Amino acid sequence: SSHEYKLNFKKSKEMCLSYIQDAMLQKQWKKAAEFLTFYMESLEKDFAREYLSPSEMIWRIGTEILCHHSHSSMKEFNSFTEQMKSLGVKRYLKVCLEHTFHLLCNGLLDEAYQNLSLSESWRSGDQTVIQDKEMKLIKAYRGLMDYYKWSKQKNILLEHGQDGFEDLSVEQEMHGCFRKAAVNLKEIIKIPGVWDLFVKCYVDLLEFYGDHNEARQVLNEYAYNSKFPTNPNAHVYLYQFLKRHGESKKSLVSALKILHDVVPSHELMIDFNIMLQKSKKRKRRRLGLEVIFAVLDYAGWKENVKAWSCLARQLKQIVISEKHLDWIKQEWNSRKDWWPAFHFSRYSAKRNWQENECLSYEKALVAGILLGKDCKYFKYVSHQGCKAQVKRFRILKKFVNKHNPVYLRISG
Amino acid sequence: RDFNERCAQCSEVNWGLTDGGRFYCRSCHNVTERTTEVVNTDFVCNSRIHTICKGLKNQEKTDGSCEWYVCEGFQLILKKQAEALEALGVCPQMKDEVLCNFWRRYLQKTKQAYWNTSAGENVKALPVCDSSTDVDSEPERPSPLQLLSLSESEGNLQTDSSFASSISKVSESTSVCSGSVDGSLYLMKNRKEKLRMTMPMTLSFCYMALLWLREPMTLSDLLRFVVEGHIPYLNVFQDFPEKMKLYGLDLKIFRVESWPVYEEVHNKMLELAAFLDLPRFPDITDSCFLHPDMLCMKYLMEANLPDELHNWTCRVVKKIRIGEVDFLTLVPGNKSTQNVKYDVLAAAVIVVVLKLLFLLDDHYEWLLSDFAEGRNKNNKEGGPYFDFEKWYKVIKCSLDMKQKKLDEERAKYLWRCEKVLFYSDKMKSKVLKRRQTVVNLQNQFGKLSGSVLPAEKPNPSSFQLSWSEENTDGSCFHGHSLKGVLQEKRGLLTAKNPDYWLCTVKLCNEKTCGHRAHYREVDFPQSYHFVIRLFSFLLRIQPSYIHDEVCVIEHKLFNKKLCKKPKYNTGLGK
Repeated sequence: SSHEYKLNFKKSKEMCLSYIQDAMLQKQWKKAAEFLTFYMESLEKDFAREYLSPSEMIWRIGTEILCHHSHSSMKEFNSFTEQMKSLGVKRYLKVCLEHTFHLLCNGLLDEAYQNLSLSESWRSGDQTVIQDKEMKLIKAYRGLMDYYKWSKQKNILLEHGQDGFEDLSVEQEMHGCFRKAAVNLKEIIKIPGVWDLFVKCYVDLLEFYGDHNEARQVLNEYAYNSKFPTNPNAHVYLYQFLKRHGESKKSLVSALKILHDVVPSHELMIDFNIMLQKSKKRKRRRLGLEVIFAVLDYAGWKENVKAWSCLARQLKQIVISEKHLDWIKQEWNSRKDWWPAFHFSRYSAKRNWQENECLSYEKALVAGILLGKDCKYFKYVSHQGCKAQVKRFRILKKFVNKHNPVYLRISG
Repeated sequence: RDFNERCAQCSEVNWGLTDGGRFYCRSCHNVTERTTEVVNTDFVCNSRIHTICKGLKNQEKTDGSCEWYVCEGFQLILKKQAEALEALGVCPQMKDEVLCNFWRRYLQKTKQAYWNTSAGENVKALPVCDSSTDVDSEPERPSPLQLLSLSESEGNLQTDSSFASSISKVSESTSVCSGSVDGSLYLMKNRKEKLRMTMPMTLSFCYMALLWLREPMTLSDLLRFVVEGHIPYLNVFQDFPEKMKLYGLDLKIFRVESWPVYEEVHNKMLELAAFLDLPRFPDITDSCFLHPDMLCMKYLMEANLPDELHNWTCRVVKKIRIGEVDFLTLVPGNKSTQNVKYDVLAAAVIVVVLKLLFLLDDHYEWLLSDFAEGRNKNNKEGGPYFDFEKWYKVIKCSLDMKQKKLDEERAKYLWRCEKVLFYSDKMKSKVLKRRQTVVNLQNQFGKLSGSVLPAEKPNPSSFQLSWSEENTDGSCFHGHSLKGVLQEKRGLLTAKNPDYWLCTVKLCNEKTCGHRAHYREVDFPQSYHFVIRLFSFLLRIQPSYIHDEVCVIEHKLFNKKLCKKPKYNTGLGK
């Protein structure tokens, strides 16, 4: 430290702030609170020109302390937040929003809803225009909460329906919530952004009331509008919707194709491969192979039996038919340098055999086809399998031996 | 009030004061030509000393406020400060005579009071009664609006535009801009004059009075007491009477938002002394507290150094003749007299002595320590030899602790008080509301602070560090002997250390570069830094000030050698 013996207001508050920061980093909440009390008077001298004004600092720091301090309560938090709201007009809606989140995190849904409604009705000259974004968010979250209410009421009705009761008031309320929710949810998802939860809820509402067209349009927009950021989930939602409604294979495939391009390791790729394998169209089967190979490029799938079995099945089918071996060659070309070490080492052979026989079976089949009968993996596993007198391994051995020339053609 | 003559007309002794400051007989209303020169240090609304435009009345306004002048405010402050000093043990003369007279003289010199009524030069009085055309005659006069915007963006609770509009409505009368009558005028008119009264200048006045009386309080002591809250300075306006309303531009004058700076207070004091045409101050002789011999003794004790070092400090003082009366005594206006900072001087002398005896090159002093330690272990007779290393450890520990505490206090320093100030009536409610919010938040988080007691104001003490020889842990070094670092040569005790290194080969010209020398941590040995740091802490001033003084002393000490050849070697006639 510089051991300065001068001091002015600004400098002393800067120092105070650094003590607060240290205390917070060390999770010493009492100490942080103590120094914060000394920082408070900087509110009386608000340097509006600075990037982070004292009132914003106090809001953020105070919130942090109140969240973590053992003696603080929801009541304290609320009263603090109310004071923060009155401190800065420019930040009013932001504070309201964060307050809402906090209430939600603490399970105080009614209070959160009330808070949102109050905030929605706030008006303050040109600030209302400036804080337009926050206002939109507030409306969106209220829409979400309306959806949640709707959902609860729907469940009540369904229960009652089962019991044979009818409840008109609940039903009316439910429809009311739907209307309120729909309006706000629709608005927010127009703005380019990531609105996964909002989209899902909105689509849920639309589906329930039978407006499938609108739902499809919404999902298409969300997935395909270039103004929106790339979002794998958008495609997942669209796919799921299409599947639910029994849409054509073509549309399902195109939805999942994009997902494959964006997230090759997505779990839906397994379903995708299965769908594509079955297809009569050559192009689709080709794509299926590409898809499943791509999945297994990722470490997360290394020990996934299902994935390996998909690949194994497709490879086996190709080998038997003796058609389109070039497909395998193409896919294997870029992988032959690293897949052996990645998947088919002797070490993994041992481990797979010990831990998961099915896995080792599938992998052995793939290894046998791609690397031939002399590869480490296949040799070890098939040997172990035959030794253990597991029937399928004997069959496997025979199969690979029979089709060994294929390997030669692939690798050549 | 002390006027005891009989009235010419009715022979009664029953005098009162007119608005014009003249005595009049209450019995027969005969007005005399005698004006009073007595300044009642109590603020009394109805007695006006200086002549002002007839337009102004001195009655209380309907809202309970009254008219007051900026200098009256300062007068009150000085009075409070003097009382506080008295409570600290300063003699009462300070308040009743010395400071009072200095202040009166200041008022006279700045023509704020004590006008002869006939002089009539006081046209520069307030535009309240004059038309605003008078204002135009002054060149380059910034408007109140400009003045306000030049300050830091205080109280940004209202947007600038609305604030501006509230001020622009009062173009004629400036009294709305400040609670005091002449607040805006004060700031505007005197901008070019150097000796406009300011808050730091009140401390210059105090120090000047202390120096005149040769009180045992250095400037660093005074400023430390101010920071610790023993002398009114921060928020002293709280003590103004209710009817003296403070707002608007008064804030710029009376509200303090920084600690007083040693250099600034000291320099202003010198300017002030010259401005007031004061004669030579009372002599600082070797029996005065401020004399280097005395102060060195005090600082040696406080720094826990052996008493024997005092011989050496006295020798240095004598050799370079800084103990002489003519050197130490202030002669105002004489630029050639050293601008002597007694505390810094004494501290620097000690540093030089330590360098003489211990070299402080991060090497030799530790060798000496080893020697002392060895000797102390084996031979307990005759008391311990002073062991630099041991001293270093003890002091470092205390110093670090105190420094840490001080740093925390700085971070916790509170600048605002209960009495809230604001720029205008429009801001009033917002400022009050803000204050209420602050208090609420302080309470809320105060409760979460755990059982932390509010920091107690330390008792005012001249000594910040104290060491007692009764401590059995041997942490007091006062009685230790310097035998380990001295040797006898030709009947004289000299230092074993044959070398000396100068802090700087050449002193800078203060006028061109502001300092006599430049202190950078990378350039000097750690032991030197440590010693500088110690005194820097005790005096609460920047290390560079002490370093500067050390350089000056060294150059005086080794003057002959320096003039002769560039080599530096032992100095004192050892």
